[in-house]
Amino acid sequence: MLEPSILAASLIHGLANGAVYALVALGLSLVYGVLHIINFAHGALLMAALYAVYFLVERVGLDPYAAIPILVPAAGVVGYLLHRYVVAKASRGREEAVLLVTLGVALVLENLALALFRSDTRTIETGWAFEMVAVGPALLPAAKLAAAAGALVAVLALWAVVRATDLGRAIRAVAKEREAARLVGIDVDHVFALAFAIGTATLGAAACLLLPTYYVSPQVGHGFVLIAFTIVVLGGMGSFWGAFWGGLLIGVVESLGGLFLGESLGQIGIFAIFIATLLLRPTGLFGRAV
Amino acid sequence: MRSLPAIGFFALAALPLPWLTSSGTVLNLATMVLLFATLGQAWNLLGGMAGQFSFGHAAFFGTGAYATAIAQIRFGLDAWSGFALAILAAVAMGALVGFASFRFRLRGSYFALVTLAFAEVARILANSLEITGAGVGLLLPLAPGLDRLQFADKAGYYWFALVLCTGGLVLASLVRESRLGARLAAVRENEEAARALGVDAFAVKMQAILLSAGLAGAVGAFYTQLFLYLDPHIAFGPQVSVEALLGPIVGGTASLWGPVLGAAVLQLLGEASRALTGGATGANLVAYGIVLVLIVRFFPDGIIGMGRARAADARGVTG
Repeated sequence: MLEPSILAASLIHGLANGAVYALVALGLSLVYGVLHIINFAHGALLMAALYAVYFLVERVGLDPYAAIPILVPAAGVVGYLLHRYVVAKASRGREEAVLLVTLGVALVLENLALALFRSDTRTIETGWAFEMVAVGPALLPAAKLAAAAGALVAVLALWAVVRATDLGRAIRAVAKEREAARLVGIDVDHVFALAFAIGTATLGAAACLLLPTYYVSPQVGHGFVLIAFTIVVLGGMGSFWGAFWGGLLIGVVESLGGLFLGESLGQIGIFAIFIATLLLRPTGLFGRAV
Repeated sequence: MRSLPAIGFFALAALPLPWLTSSGTVLNLATMVLLFATLGQAWNLLGGMAGQFSFGHAAFFGTGAYATAIAQIRFGLDAWSGFALAILAAVAMGALVGFASFRFRLRGSYFALVTLAFAEVARILANSLEITGAGVGLLLPLAPGLDRLQFADKAGYYWFALVLCTGGLVLASLVRESRLGARLAAVRENEEAARALGVDAFAVKMQAILLSAGLAGAVGAFYTQLFLYLDPHIAFGPQVSVEALLGPIVGGTASLWGPVLGAAVLQLLGEASRALTGGATGANLVAYGIVLVLIVRFFPDGIIGMGRARAADARGVTG
């Protein structure tokens, strides 16, 4: 039997990872909740953001956290343009077409990265990132703790935007009643692109928080994209807090799966949850619109 | 059997290629075109005819590929039995994925996601289990001979691929011109209406996925014979699923020849982009991604649909 302290430590590790997963998934969930589209390029966009942070740290000498105020708006602008001029134009709202277009964008981004940066795995060196901090029975790298805390702040900020700003009201209006929103004077296409932009901007924040304890490679998005889809489906497509709790849960499942089944096979737990949720409860645990 | 003469003509026209050229590059390229044309045809049985977009056809391809490799390496069977087992195993995988998804009426994006997840589970299992050689993969011993389905020269593999591709075309044309094809089209266009008219949507979608998975499994088994090496990423990786759907989408899902045309265009484009960039890894996939976005944007009915769209424009028909 495992000692309870090891189990508790694994649980805390899982929660810390889960907070960042939740942030990545929230970007995806917001896009689904408003646009009702599945963005296959979400992982590839995260990969691109991770490379951006990497080069800001390595070439410009910026601290990864100092990159947040640069990367969040930059990623938002990229997302806005991507939706307005590529995804919306090409798909004209057809569900299958959106899947294909975002898949095409993901292919281009991932393989451009592969062609430009090769398949090397890159990490950054930060002096204090691996200093250990005791959290209950667990020893966490300081940067992981910072990432979890940063992700929680970002989630709350995102919630504030959706709940308490005019933009948030417009987004929720469009999510609920597209046509009615248009009639009361909301520029629906603009709001769609803004929702997509917010979804991408969360990836900018997530990339800055992740990189100190993680790595970047052209395929790094793959792992995240399925984890994020799992969280979104589990939490209920488009549900804000569903994605949050789903993220924490998946972090814990991954951590415990790794503990009991080993690093490689441990991933099975996530996909088992994914398939089971899709089959048995496709509305998710918190299934409701934004 | 309206398409049979055209298929016969295609097979006969493609037959003499190895006598016309001695270039290994050309034969390799032609073999890959036929391989991906058949994989695309398999995808199209489900994605094009039934309108169920799979993002996880690697699950069927890889099951077929591993089944014949395991049958030959672990159980000492000959390659023909291995080939038959590969198709059966892939059909079984199709039954599993299809039953799970269609029983619970998953459609559209949800179906795409669940197929993707099944392929990933297969990849992780292949990466962890001993029988599949885990991360190291499986290597078939080189032993040319008809009982091993290994050929001494490239021409043998080319003709093997041609037989497979022709078989896929015949299968697809039979389905297309049968009652099943009509029911699949009904389900694709409007599932509720099809149900209301008495079409058992679950049954016809199951038939489509079984045929699709079996053909994809045959392609996987061919892949094993061709390269004699497999690992979890080659067999179950997302790039297989992507290549399976790219050909039909680019060529046109509505036609028997769409997947063939799409595979030819993509393989040539891949070669060209590799040549232009001096063989940079990923260059071909960058080109595929751009073509995919452009096709969806400007020619949603694929290359084959281009001519039709223009003809419709000339008649003043829109939409």
